[in-house]
Amino acid sequence: MIRFENVSKTYEGQSKAALLNVDVEIEKGEFVFLVGTSGSGKSTFLRLVLREHRTTKGHVMVAGKDLNRLASWRIPQMRRQIGTVFQDFRLLPNKTVSENVAFALQVIGKPRSHIRKTVPEVLELVGLDGKEDRLPDELSGGEQQRVAIARAFVNRPMILIADEPTGNLDPGTSVGIMKLLDRINRTGTTVVMATHDVSIVDQMRKRVIELENGHVVRDESRGVYGYQH
Amino acid sequence: MRLNYILSDLGIGLRRNLSMTIAVVVTIWVSLSLFGSALLAREQVDLMKGNWYDKIQISIFLCTKDSGGRGCTGTEVTTEQKNRIKQVIESNPDTAPEGVFGETKKEAFEQFKKLYKDSPIVSTVTEDQMQESFRVKLKDPQRYQNLVSAVSGLPGVDTVQDLRQYLDPLFNALNKLRWGALLAAGLLLVAALMQISNTIRLAAYARRREIGIMRLVGASNFYIQLPFLLEAILAALIGAVLACGTLWLGVYFLVKKQAEETFRVWQWVGASETFRATLIMVVVGLVLAIIPTFLTTRKYLKV
Repeated sequence: MIRFENVSKTYEGQSKAALLNVDVEIEKGEFVFLVGTSGSGKSTFLRLVLREHRTTKGHVMVAGKDLNRLASWRIPQMRRQIGTVFQDFRLLPNKTVSENVAFALQVIGKPRSHIRKTVPEVLELVGLDGKEDRLPDELSGGEQQRVAIARAFVNRPMILIADEPTGNLDPGTSVGIMKLLDRINRTGTTVVMATHDVSIVDQMRKRVIELENGHVVRDESRGVYGYQH
Repeated sequence: MRLNYILSDLGIGLRRNLSMTIAVVVTIWVSLSLFGSALLAREQVDLMKGNWYDKIQISIFLCTKDSGGRGCTGTEVTTEQKNRIKQVIESNPDTAPEGVFGETKKEAFEQFKKLYKDSPIVSTVTEDQMQESFRVKLKDPQRYQNLVSAVSGLPGVDTVQDLRQYLDPLFNALNKLRWGALLAAGLLLVAALMQISNTIRLAAYARRREIGIMRLVGASNFYIQLPFLLEAILAALIGAVLACGTLWLGVYFLVKKQAEETFRVWQWVGASETFRATLIMVVVGLVLAIIPTFLTTRKYLKV
């Protein structure tokens, strides 16, 4: 589903590579943790998957397509197959829960009837039924992240990318979010999650890819956060 | 494409940038008005030239009892004198072949009555007061001096009129006016372009959250650009419509009510010329709004 072939990325004006000679293959339906310290290259990895940047060297393949060869007008189409969740939720503060989720479908031109049917379904899936008309600042952090996940998942993407989704949440709430991501993964969606959260990685026992200074230093199925455990 | 969503977005955008939008509208309005005036000034020159300039005629007015020209002796021009004058004109090398037309008193009076048909002056003038004249077409309109000096002062010649002498200053003035208006319009249009791109920059900043999410969930570039585009088109259209109105009012009050009353001899720009100018103005306004919008949105909404 996602394949990195000898990928290097150096940002403009910087001498040090953010990623160096990375080879990774993530299969369809996998759940992968991307771990490493700040600046290790996790965010760069995710941005390359989203084609927010091009690689300096090597190829990133997503769903069989080489992103370097993708014409820029096809990028939006490609991104519709990827859902994204961030640490800071990125909800629209002046829209209600269901409007926030519906927005993602409206702007890609989905018909209204489809939106009216899908949005309540996905809100129920993430456990927010009954809170459709709340505004984001009336919700707890965990609930806001559920809205963000609903928005990322409402178009049934093949891949879900989560960049530190529990970074702003307390441990109890984080467990709920992880259960939700696990459920989404069980529907066949590939989940790639960058995280610092040791206990979550250790509990979930999923594949762990560790980055350090732009290199892959560890790639274990059913791994834990670090060697210290 | 969900139209109502886009339209509500457009409304929000316009309200958020109201002062900038008004600035864009006013600038486009003034600059297009100037541009339209320049177009009309050009049409006016063409119209006047079409009537007179390109078949320039030197008019040689002959003596009447009352005229006091150099060649006049207080009597009507005689047939003999007329023949002599005609011969001088026809033998002049600058006269175009078959380029000499005589105008009798009767013809001159008919023409006079036609030109001043609404004026009370007609009733006070008689056919006898009209002057006979020769109208001369030249081979090269630029070379008129030779013939003018050849016939001036001949017995029976009252005055020699060269139209170029009268029309050149007018055309010069109109041309200067036109270039001045075009220059001012150009400067204002540059200002309008910068205002548009500034407005878009502000609007893109104000909507950066929405735009960020749209890009993330895969909204097409066109969809993201559309509200900005509609905003610019709307501002340009309002400005263009105001400018067209200004031009129509200008034509009505300055040309219809003033110039046509005062200088009836000439044709003046009218509805058809103004309509053509307004069409060009609207197109120019739209193009000038769409191009910078595309360029700026591409810059600020990069994928």
